[in-house]
Amino acid sequence: MGRYLLRRLTFALITLFAVVTVAFFLARAAPGGPFDGERRLPPEVEANLRAAYDLDKPVVHQYARYLGMLARADLGPSFRHKDFSVNELIGRGLPISVTVGGLALALAVVVGVTAGTFAAMARDRARDRLLVTAATLGLALPPIIVAPLLVLVFAVGLGWFPAGGYDTARSYVLPVIALSLPYAAAFTRLSRGSVAEVLGRAHVLTARAKGMPTWRIVRRHVLPSALIPVVSFLGPAAAALLAGSMVIEEVFSLPGLGRYFVQGALNRDYTLVTGTVIVYAALVLTFNLLADLCYARLDPRIRHA
Amino acid sequence: MRDALFGTLLARVCCGFLGVVVLAAALGPWLSPWEFDAVDWDAIDTAPSLAHWFGTDGVGRDLLTRTLSGAQISIAIALAATVVSCCIGIPWGATAGYLGGRTDQAMMRIVDGLYALPFILLVILLVALFGRNIVLLFAALGAVSWLDLARIVRGQTLAVKSEAYLEAARGLGAPTFTVIRRHVVPNVLGPALVYATLTVPGVIIAESFLSFLGLGVQEPQTSWGVLIADGAREMHSSPWQLVFPAVMLTLTLFAFNVLGDRLRDAVDVH
Repeated sequence: MGRYLLRRLTFALITLFAVVTVAFFLARAAPGGPFDGERRLPPEVEANLRAAYDLDKPVVHQYARYLGMLARADLGPSFRHKDFSVNELIGRGLPISVTVGGLALALAVVVGVTAGTFAAMARDRARDRLLVTAATLGLALPPIIVAPLLVLVFAVGLGWFPAGGYDTARSYVLPVIALSLPYAAAFTRLSRGSVAEVLGRAHVLTARAKGMPTWRIVRRHVLPSALIPVVSFLGPAAAALLAGSMVIEEVFSLPGLGRYFVQGALNRDYTLVTGTVIVYAALVLTFNLLADLCYARLDPRIRHA
Repeated sequence: MRDALFGTLLARVCCGFLGVVVLAAALGPWLSPWEFDAVDWDAIDTAPSLAHWFGTDGVGRDLLTRTLSGAQISIAIALAATVVSCCIGIPWGATAGYLGGRTDQAMMRIVDGLYALPFILLVILLVALFGRNIVLLFAALGAVSWLDLARIVRGQTLAVKSEAYLEAARGLGAPTFTVIRRHVVPNVLGPALVYATLTVPGVIIAESFLSFLGLGVQEPQTSWGVLIADGAREMHSSPWQLVFPAVMLTLTLFAFNVLGDRLRDAVDVH
């Protein structure tokens, strides 16, 4: 277990380093610079700015300097938001994005596993077919469709929830639902398959034969092993959730990490873009490590390896 | 395979629907009396009518034509990206599976590592930094969606690895990469192509996300993502602008997913 985790941790760090490198050099290789605006700066001013930000030094020098800053957890000043460092911008956006993303993932797992278990227990009956069709439809409803529709119906039409903002708990309801829907569908399909497989195993048959109540069989004998594929899908799901969260933040005007990233990418704000990519990658990799931990707890073959 | 595509009523309906969408996307903009970027000054922001079946958008462009023209671009990008992902994923998986041992481990470890990465970030980085053109868009999307394919092809390669024809090819002294190219790849191509069709809906979603954020297809050209973004902005006053492209996208994805599931069950590789 210890060695397993150590290997995973090393691997995550190497991946993170690769991400840092790729993001840094991509941003530097791009045409156009942070000082290309509507109004050109006087060349002398631009030269001074370039010197101040070390942009006149060779790229390798900039890279080394950047790595040094990263080691001190400093992502540098923003190239566009003049009064803010990237750390400050990310510090503002991160809590919002993590709240929405985390709640959406949790909702997706709870709804998905519950629905998947019910479907598997009613295999090939009407209830199962209904749930499977609903899940297939859910996969086809990305946030770019669901989010505007939810706003139209529940914010503009019925007025139950605010259409944007982030000050009350109510304002998180629609974004979380819109973001979680396709993943709830994916988890439903995944857990339906794995629960159905475990239900057919001998130890479940034994438990049933000795008269154990159904819900207890499911909780004690089915779910622990049926959840393994669900847990291993958590990492990729979290990575995929990011794209959706950018859309959600746009639609509900949440000033999260995704908006800074998209804005930074459009404005060629090198440090902001690289910074957000690194934070995103670090988040996803940490989450993957946690998922691996759960995985190791659930699967004795890994725990004792 | 035929049974998977036409076995049930739902599958037949999905096949038919996709056929109609592809045909309409290919011919529609050409048959329509309107151009996708032509403005009808007498019908700006109008609800569906006989002249404009899907209504018009805020500057008076025919929404049906734009939806079909958007379909053209969304589907073309998805297919092109899928081809790119095949070009990477199939050789990658076949090489890893055939060579085995350390090489296999290293290659698949890379795939595992990439799985954990939020790839869409790199795509956004690429399109935002190097300009928003369609070629870059599908190349980037293809370059990030080959991972599943590599895994499937590796698995299939392991299954055919000990077949006699491979031994014969080796026995005749064919170089390793010739064996992979001429004998392994053709024999794993069937399931690989089935899986490739499964990447199509994923790419359609990714493209629509990017276009929705303004990072994908640019005006006056359009795609489903662009149309949905425009529609979402106008949905309070003119809901049809959101509803028609949204329904098209959802039904297309649904049809792809239904057929994909059936094809996957038919090929049964996991």
